[in-house]
Amino acid sequence: MPLYHTEDQAMLADSARGFMAEEGAIAKQLRHFRDIDCQDGFGHALWQQFAEMGFTGILVSEADGGLGMGHVEAGIVLEEIGRNLTPSPFLTSAVAAATALGAANAELKARYLPGLLAGDSVFAVAIDEGAKHRPERIRTRAERAGNGFKLSGTKDFVVHGGSADMLVVAARTAGGDDDADGITLFAVPRDSAGLSQDKVRLVDSSMATHLTLDGVQLDADAVIGELDGGRAVLNRVLAAARAGAAAESVGVAQGAFDMTATYLKQRKQFGKLIGEFQALQHRAAHLYSEIEIARAATIKAQQLLDGESEHADLMVSVAKAKAGKAASLAVKEGVQMHGGIGMTDEYDIGLYMKRDRALAEFMGDVYYHADRVAKLSGY
Amino acid sequence: MSELDAFRAEIRTWLADNCPPEMRQPVRDEGDVCWGGRRFTFKNEAQKLWLERCVAKGYTVPDWPKAYGGAGMSPAEAKIWREEMNRIGARPPLSSFGIWMLGPALLKFGTEAQKVHYLGQVARGEIRWCQGYSEPGSGSDLVSLQTFGEDKGDHWEVSGQKIWTSYADKADWIFCLVRTDKANKYQGISFLLFDMESAGVSTKPILLISGNSPFCETFFDSVKVPKAQIVGELNRGWDVAKYLLGHEREMISGAGGGDRLSTIGAVLARAGLEDPVLRAELALFDVDALAFAAMGEKFLDEIKVGKAHPAQPNMMKYAGTELNKRRYELLMAGGGSASLEWDSAASDGGTRARSWLRTKANSIEGGTSEVMLNVISKRILDLPGA
Repeated sequence: MPLYHTEDQAMLADSARGFMAEEGAIAKQLRHFRDIDCQDGFGHALWQQFAEMGFTGILVSEADGGLGMGHVEAGIVLEEIGRNLTPSPFLTSAVAAATALGAANAELKARYLPGLLAGDSVFAVAIDEGAKHRPERIRTRAERAGNGFKLSGTKDFVVHGGSADMLVVAARTAGGDDDADGITLFAVPRDSAGLSQDKVRLVDSSMATHLTLDGVQLDADAVIGELDGGRAVLNRVLAAARAGAAAESVGVAQGAFDMTATYLKQRKQFGKLIGEFQALQHRAAHLYSEIEIARAATIKAQQLLDGESEHADLMVSVAKAKAGKAASLAVKEGVQMHGGIGMTDEYDIGLYMKRDRALAEFMGDVYYHADRVAKLSGY
Repeated sequence: MSELDAFRAEIRTWLADNCPPEMRQPVRDEGDVCWGGRRFTFKNEAQKLWLERCVAKGYTVPDWPKAYGGAGMSPAEAKIWREEMNRIGARPPLSSFGIWMLGPALLKFGTEAQKVHYLGQVARGEIRWCQGYSEPGSGSDLVSLQTFGEDKGDHWEVSGQKIWTSYADKADWIFCLVRTDKANKYQGISFLLFDMESAGVSTKPILLISGNSPFCETFFDSVKVPKAQIVGELNRGWDVAKYLLGHEREMISGAGGGDRLSTIGAVLARAGLEDPVLRAELALFDVDALAFAAMGEKFLDEIKVGKAHPAQPNMMKYAGTELNKRRYELLMAGGGSASLEWDSAASDGGTRARSWLRTKANSIEGGTSEVMLNVISKRILDLPGA
């Protein structure tokens, strides 16, 4: 398969680009909801527009009422989200949670998927325990209790957790903290007794929570996929979310780069456009190169995921790490090349820097994924 | 089964039946590369057989038209060919500047007679070509070149000097940039082809820091070049030269595959890797190497269907060569004092150290990294005054 978009995918990219530039624009969404101190950090009206565009059903199978598309298509939407810094529960709900629900039984699907497809429901995934992404270690416990389970533990960096109608929680039903086996995924309703969330606003104005499960009682039908065999589903969720985050990072990088390149062609100093200075030209050209490579790695990872290739896992980590590096360089160069105004809240370039920082941590940073590339390569 | 699946099956079967086992071993050094040409000596019977079998099917240049010695493969078929070759680790049957550089230029600018004659020779591995571009006073500023061809009616009389001519001492013919109008800088250069055995041509190998001499100085003293041996129009050779440079940069970038795209962490780990900081550097390198491999695949896919930016080979060359230099810095560090050995049997004649030194030319030859960044700034980013 060639490593570029098919005609259908190019059409989706066109419509997603136009839609996001218009409806998801920084002034209309990110700044608006930040400035009114919105406790969701995103707009529900836009989420419903996402549903009308069909975006929320991209990764939901046709049998379940979705579009049955793949990670390439989800990535197309995410790149535009990144480019416009559009605050949205798309990645947590329509990518991560939707992937988990794909493995759920018919009853759970019927309970949650219609809300997602309509843009009425928001979901979150509760995986991290601690400040760094280490999903190999899961301490949150789910003990057998009556017909169901009782969950106890804490989760961190639960993005959109406070806005979520349902949270996908990874818990341990057997084995030790670091065992691969013995994991089970649960669909936990927001109003469950014993569930409490401490909301925190993050550097990029998005909202996340520290989640505490204090003996949360769930019926057996809250189990997503196999009991004790949740690691496989969790890995699929992680791969989907990481590839998606990589695509969003590519968009963040491109958005910051475009803004900076435009500025280089407008700003004059020493009687010249600053874009005439070779010291800046070479850095801009290097950055262009890094973003192109990050986008190639990301599309490759998406295609391998869609093709269920055995190499997908490695390439997903390559994409997340590379896109993270490229975006980090793009926002740093962006602020520096804007000079003083790059430090002001009035200019958008600083918003790219903040979003990149949050996205870099989400689902594993450059170091986590470089380490994973080494491990998967046998060293 | 789709047509492409059937094609893949056909290629797989053909390779299984026809690619000798010796030709499925990694290329270890220069001697393993089949360059072809009048004076080429095959290293073994397998190398010769592999070339002959591929020539018969047009597989030395799979995506060239059949009329010019190719197999006429579509972009999708050529990709399958590359994938199936890589799958069994098959060596290229033929490597040559004729395939990578002159061929694409002739396909675009050559006359029908030139295509049939020269491309056929390239495809069959009969003629080994070298490239006469750089001069002592014209490196990055290539267009300032001075080698002059004086119009003598039915031929040009060429005099001057080229430098960094790869394998000039082993090549049969040269494609050469020659000034044919001294008054016009860009539109005063012609793209000429001539035999290295012509009277007045001489070469002198240049000893490099690697201890090897892949490059030569090449001297022309009143060399006669018949008028039919011009590619493109008189004084418009710079257009041909630039087009060819794109292909040269693509070749140097390593986008086509091979070891330039490979990761190194696992290789060094097999020999022991006790330094956690080095391991981290290797992991970060491998991320970049695997990402660049995807970029190479994407670039080739896009360029075959006209989707790539015309200046994208410059980006590929920049990124690919900088990556390769980093690769060899890490290989040297990973090998420790063993990688310093210059001529011992254990070091296979100092292969790693010599290769490490050789890579330093990657970001100089075919346009320096700095020139690549200038071109990206100007042609892709459209930055002012670039």
